[in-house]
Amino acid sequence: MLAYRRIAAASFRQYSTYRMATAAGVFTNTIFGFIRASIMLAAIGTAGGELNGYDALQAATYVWLGQALLAPIEVFGTRELALRIRQGDVAIDLLRPVDLLGQLYAAKLGRSAYLLLARGIPPMLIGAVVTGIALPPDPLSHLLGAVAVMLAITVAFLADAMVNLAAFWLVENRGLTTVYTAVMNLLSGFLIPIVWFPDWLLAIARATPFPSMVQTPIDALSGRVAPLDALPLIGVQVVWVVVLGGASVLMLRAGVRSLEVQGG
Amino acid sequence: MNEHTDPAQPGGPYQPSAPDQPAGPAPSTSGPAVELSALRRDYVVRAKADGSRLRRRRVVRAVDDITLTVERGEAVGFVGANGAGKSTTIKMMTGILQPTSGQVRVLGRQPVPERRLLAREIGVVFGQRSQLWWDLPLRDSYRILAAMHRLTDAARDARLERLAEGLDLTAFLDQPVRQLSLGQRMRGEVAAALLHSPALVILDEPTIGLDMVSKEGLRRFLREDRTERGTTLFLTTHDMSDVERLCERIVVVNSGTIAYDGALAGFRQSLGAPRELVVDLAQPRQVLELPAGAEPAAVEAEGIRHRIRFQGARLTVPALLSAIGAQAEVRDLSLAEPAIEDLVRQIYARGPGSVE
Repeated sequence: MLAYRRIAAASFRQYSTYRMATAAGVFTNTIFGFIRASIMLAAIGTAGGELNGYDALQAATYVWLGQALLAPIEVFGTRELALRIRQGDVAIDLLRPVDLLGQLYAAKLGRSAYLLLARGIPPMLIGAVVTGIALPPDPLSHLLGAVAVMLAITVAFLADAMVNLAAFWLVENRGLTTVYTAVMNLLSGFLIPIVWFPDWLLAIARATPFPSMVQTPIDALSGRVAPLDALPLIGVQVVWVVVLGGASVLMLRAGVRSLEVQGG
Repeated sequence: MNEHTDPAQPGGPYQPSAPDQPAGPAPSTSGPAVELSALRRDYVVRAKADGSRLRRRRVVRAVDDITLTVERGEAVGFVGANGAGKSTTIKMMTGILQPTSGQVRVLGRQPVPERRLLAREIGVVFGQRSQLWWDLPLRDSYRILAAMHRLTDAARDARLERLAEGLDLTAFLDQPVRQLSLGQRMRGEVAAALLHSPALVILDEPTIGLDMVSKEGLRRFLREDRTERGTTLFLTTHDMSDVERLCERIVVVNSGTIAYDGALAGFRQSLGAPRELVVDLAQPRQVLELPAGAEPAAVEAEGIRHRIRFQGARLTVPALLSAIGAQAEVRDLSLAEPAIEDLVRQIYARGPGSVE
């Protein structure tokens, strides 16, 4: 346990050494937040002040919470593990007496904690001042929101790990990453709320783990979904953690096995 | 994937490593450190054949029938050209590669199924790869590694103090790894591999890219640590001076087989490589009468300098010198040993299958 805590702490510090990158990230997240907010507010204005359950303030809240979660969830995916597999550095990770997925998850949690605090919260605060956001007064919503964020980070980590683990079999998995990121951005409700989707797309989205990564934590945090209604959504997140967790364990095992058998 | 039976696995069904391995059987402290028997490893390479658009499967044998036993406490230099099968052998010893056939035992364990347990007992340095946390102070890497190896803080601090002193790390322990020079980083890597006091240390090209001073410092500490703890050392290198300074035994691999295996001390003699004595005479002399086992190689400087080749096994230097001294006054002399590089090249030239 101590090893995982140390890895998480190291990962937090590792990211905090790049101050300029953090500042640039905050700047970009803020600008894109304004762009997204203005598009959504225009759409809601055109629709007559409300669109599928979102009024202007709720839409702004949705955008700024999304901008806050973008970095810790790593909406645009990671490539590090795939590169380590491709370049053979994964051998170093496998020669450590600690489970590889555990190492990666600990590093992800440390990284996400830093990214949430340093890159997620500031744009949200700027947004709160400029466009205003509505957060629920109910402390239960905050608690459920925090749980949903934690689970969202976990679901996103596991799915991203699986995309990376495909590098055990693919010579180049950049294409897969690109497709995955595009689908994930859309179906997770990161670009627009999934309830704005046509029914058929909404049905597809709900059958995937993607809404558990972005839409669910935003809904739980913003209080758009009442605490009692958030519980089943969190239950869905837990189910995806179990399913994807099991799948990535199997995938890692198969990948290591193929490394052992085929070399690399 | 558990149903997947691998025909290449002779030792019964493969046991996948559990997600979190239990403490498992205690590390054995008797028996050889490394036992390789009839070890073989094939790679399947898919490449386009000339003039064909189809990719053909081709089997490349990287390691072919290696049998080798390393006793505990030995220091073995594992030497060979690029592609001789050194890295493949190390990968099989550390459990990241399954042998095609044959047996591997490292510290009494089967490396592939027991990889993570074995990782607690061995220390590995891959000269080309880093196990340190790039953006963090060097010291932080040791804190994480110590936790992975479940060292107590006291044990870690004591060990780190010893490593920092022996490897001269103190000056840069608090610098981020990315700012270290190659020599500093390599010493840091070795310390990382030795932190948990492993019984077996596997070094793959540990001095690659280092200058003479860094190399020497690294070697000195590896010798010290071995003397103190009785560690087994398994070293691959291109640098023969690493082997000369660190190892008592040399194993030369060529084309995936062992071309030579024996004590470093007897390496030159057993190959029958001649040594060379160079004498400068006080007075020029065209011909020297030489005892049996010696022959003139060259006469230079109009008879002043004589190069004499002789078999170390048949003739000692004093005997040769006294024979020369009886004929002429010797003003100066030097003795040249055949370089290990040349001997290894000689082994290669003889081709595979010439095991001593």
